[in-house]
Amino acid sequence: MNVGKVLVTLRVNGESHTVAAEPHHTLLEVLREEMGLTGTKHGCELGECGACTVLVDGVPVLSCLTLPLELGDAEVTTVEGLASGPELHPLQTAFAEEGAAQCGYCTPGMLLSAKALLDTTPAPSRDQIARAIAGNLCRCTGYTAIYEAVEKAAAVMGAKVP
Amino acid sequence: MSTFSVVGRRLPKVNAWAHLTGTARYADDIQLPRMLYGRLLRSPHPHARITRIDTSRALAHEGVVAVCTGADMPELMGIMPSTQDETALAVDKVRYVGEPVAAVAAVDEDTAFDALSLIDVEYEPLEPILTIDEALTREDVRIHESSGRPANVFKDVHLEFGDVEGGFASADRVREDWYFFEGTTHAPIETHASVASYDGDGKLTLWTCTQVPHYLHRELEKVLGIARSRIRVIATPNGGAFGGKSDPFAHEFAACWLSMRTKRPVKITLDREEVFYAHRGRHPVLMHLRTGVMDSGEITAVHFQSYLDGGAYASYGIATTYYTGALMTVTYRIPAYKFDGVRVYTNKPPCGPKRGHGTTQPRFAFECHLDKIAEDLGLDPVAYRHRILQPPNSRTVNGLRITSMGLGQCLDEVKRSTGFSEKHGQLPKGRGIGVAGSAYISGAGLPIYWNEMPHSGASVKIDRGGGVTVYCGTAEIGQGSDMVLAVVAAEQLGVLPEDVHVVSGDTALAPVDLGSYSSRVTFMAGNAVHEAAGRLKALIVEAAAAKLGIPADRVALAQRRVFDLADPSRALSFAEAAVLAESKNGTLVSAGSYKPPKGIGGDYKGAGVGPSPAYSYQAAVAEVSVDLETGVVTVDRITNAHDCGRALNPPNVEGQIEGSAYMGYGEAIAEEQVFRGGLHKKPSLLEYKLPTSLDTPDLRAIVVETVDPEGPFGAKEAGEGPLNPVVPAIANAVYDAIGVRFDETPITPAKVLDALQKNKGRVGPEGLGSQTDPKAALRRLTATTDAREKKKVGAR
Repeated sequence: MNVGKVLVTLRVNGESHTVAAEPHHTLLEVLREEMGLTGTKHGCELGECGACTVLVDGVPVLSCLTLPLELGDAEVTTVEGLASGPELHPLQTAFAEEGAAQCGYCTPGMLLSAKALLDTTPAPSRDQIARAIAGNLCRCTGYTAIYEAVEKAAAVMGAKVP
Repeated sequence: MSTFSVVGRRLPKVNAWAHLTGTARYADDIQLPRMLYGRLLRSPHPHARITRIDTSRALAHEGVVAVCTGADMPELMGIMPSTQDETALAVDKVRYVGEPVAAVAAVDEDTAFDALSLIDVEYEPLEPILTIDEALTREDVRIHESSGRPANVFKDVHLEFGDVEGGFASADRVREDWYFFEGTTHAPIETHASVASYDGDGKLTLWTCTQVPHYLHRELEKVLGIARSRIRVIATPNGGAFGGKSDPFAHEFAACWLSMRTKRPVKITLDREEVFYAHRGRHPVLMHLRTGVMDSGEITAVHFQSYLDGGAYASYGIATTYYTGALMTVTYRIPAYKFDGVRVYTNKPPCGPKRGHGTTQPRFAFECHLDKIAEDLGLDPVAYRHRILQPPNSRTVNGLRITSMGLGQCLDEVKRSTGFSEKHGQLPKGRGIGVAGSAYISGAGLPIYWNEMPHSGASVKIDRGGGVTVYCGTAEIGQGSDMVLAVVAAEQLGVLPEDVHVVSGDTALAPVDLGSYSSRVTFMAGNAVHEAAGRLKALIVEAAAAKLGIPADRVALAQRRVFDLADPSRALSFAEAAVLAESKNGTLVSAGSYKPPKGIGGDYKGAGVGPSPAYSYQAAVAEVSVDLETGVVTVDRITNAHDCGRALNPPNVEGQIEGSAYMGYGEAIAEEQVFRGGLHKKPSLLEYKLPTSLDTPDLRAIVVETVDPEGPFGAKEAGEGPLNPVVPAIANAVYDAIGVRFDETPITPAKVLDALQKNKGRVGPEGLGSQTDPKAALRRLTATTDAREKKKVGAR
């Protein structure tokens, strides 16, 4: 049921956006339908699949279980904000090179869970990677190529740090 | 050394960047001006007559723009033209919980959802049929009125090849076993979604995540009653499919009808629970195997019976039924073979094709059965399989032509890689290792509707800057088909895949390809693109030869250069050569097509299912640990070798092998689409367990290349076959670990614990069920089939 839209201001990918949205609509719905950021995917809208994962102040959250009104001025990062301008994030490059995205549908959420891991654990073990993405279901890859891509990105990012 | 410049190189997929930056546009990502949102009303009953539908309250609701019901689209439809038994929305009767009954279009999704409760439907509940046993015997309850077969039998087939009786008579021993493979679903992470837009010029466009845009195009014409020339189907990138998006679906027809009625775009996106009702997944199959063998292990005869629980509608069921029997013969020598297949209707969501379509279940049964035979004979299971391999370039007893055949190499690879023979039978209690082989088709030999046209068509265009565009009706479902087509075109023309634009899945722009099912794209669309690009290559070679003043056979194309083989420094850029060729020949556009050769199958009724221009082969070894206290089976590692002919793009092939192993693992251990009184027990991802990263075994993929004589650059399929050996390899490994034969799936902790506590040597079915004597049931079916055939002959 619609109760009437309210103005919602969110910081997303470094920019401030004000949109009108139903107050009971989730961050997932507001990102996709009010802001046109359709890179964030939905697979269940019940918090079971992880496809809708975004970062809130660097921490992975399920946008299908998050209300925008709870977020205040927290910084939301979606897949559209992963690259720095024209330069792709090393995770994006590594995922392409290793074939870690097959259908690509779990990929945005997977990338953000992986980014959160690498931001806190620059050289993760395979077990740490498996734990970090345990909430992101992938139905295509069997996860193997994803592990290889995250390890490759970690190596690239580690090499860049002086 | 490889003479290829692109084939076999580890390159990113052409569509990888869209996937990785969030710009890939899946069906639900599409937003159009004035777009309405649709929702489907679904049946709460497994079996009921619809006595009244009143949509007036919904139509009067603020924000609702249109409503449709089954009466608006009463035309029968279904993916297989010979067995169409569905309507877009239920008419008069519902046959499973979740069957779509009506659809609403409203200004937003919340309003559409609210309006569903304002549609008044009165049902007269009927007794549901929920098991194979009931379906075979309950003459008094008919799910469909007119199948022409006893009770609720949808289809029964009976085939016999070679001297079956003689084969059993001459055998040193005969082994019989029952097996059951539980139903499972595809569960792609993307739920189904469609956007229809009926424009002012009377043309309808449907963006939808489908595997079969061409077949859907045909069904839309039939059901909507508008000419196909006015309909355009665009298969959007599928966020996973695995066979689950290869039927025409209610939401596709409803979105179109509602858009035609309102003259506004309409989007319908299914929620996760609805995907479990759309289903079309793996059939539950009860199976009986009887095999005669000599003491040497040589098979003398096989009699295989399959009983498929088809759910409420036909879907691909006629093909599935045949597939349970057809490919039994392509792996090992079987000189005499009898097959009885029966598919029944039940009041559950329709089953259809899931990765390995109809072959996964019998392969599970047969490879577990062979493991027992090897044990009976005291033979190592790998050595035994080696001893009875079907040879390459041969023909099976049921008429299937085999060309390249790499099962032996696959067995060697997994044996060497895992140290199988040193471990098998030698590991401590609770740890085990098991092996299985398998095969799959590289595309079905026949289309689903009879015609003499190509199975795949492609066109290729070269622009004046050296860019190449491939147009082909294939659907990119995540398997990497766009990349396969780009690799084939790039190899032919001496450019890189990144230079190739692929326009796929659009019925208005691309020549027909039958779709992304039966693992047909690499072989068939690959060959079509190979031919189309080859024609332009010939023109470029000719023009370059003239320019360089050398004979045409000295011209080579690679790395965006066209050069003299004798002196590679004498070269033109690809773009320069293309300009010369266009100047000489006119616009550089070509077409190519592919149709399987004739004579690759038998000549009997039912011979249409099974033939393929090439078969892929696989072998898997599973290593497991069983917790004797909890019954939990941990699969530590799956090593899976796959004969794909030639790996056009190795990461793609390895990804298909790993993904198949993952999916097979899920089916072996946990996944089940099961019901309680007609209600789905697990219609969510919380309850229906997909393996997470923490569950999934260590997956090792091994690529075996046999270079098929007819595949594009020697390639065969990779998308489905590698699932097939995984389930029996795990069951065989569990036996090696704890001495319990699991002749049914899934192998859950409860079943394992029960078997250990009660000292059971086997967990599995004993027969058809309490109500059915299988021999009497088969006799009755065969009798009615004979009567039907006689009637047909009489009518002629």
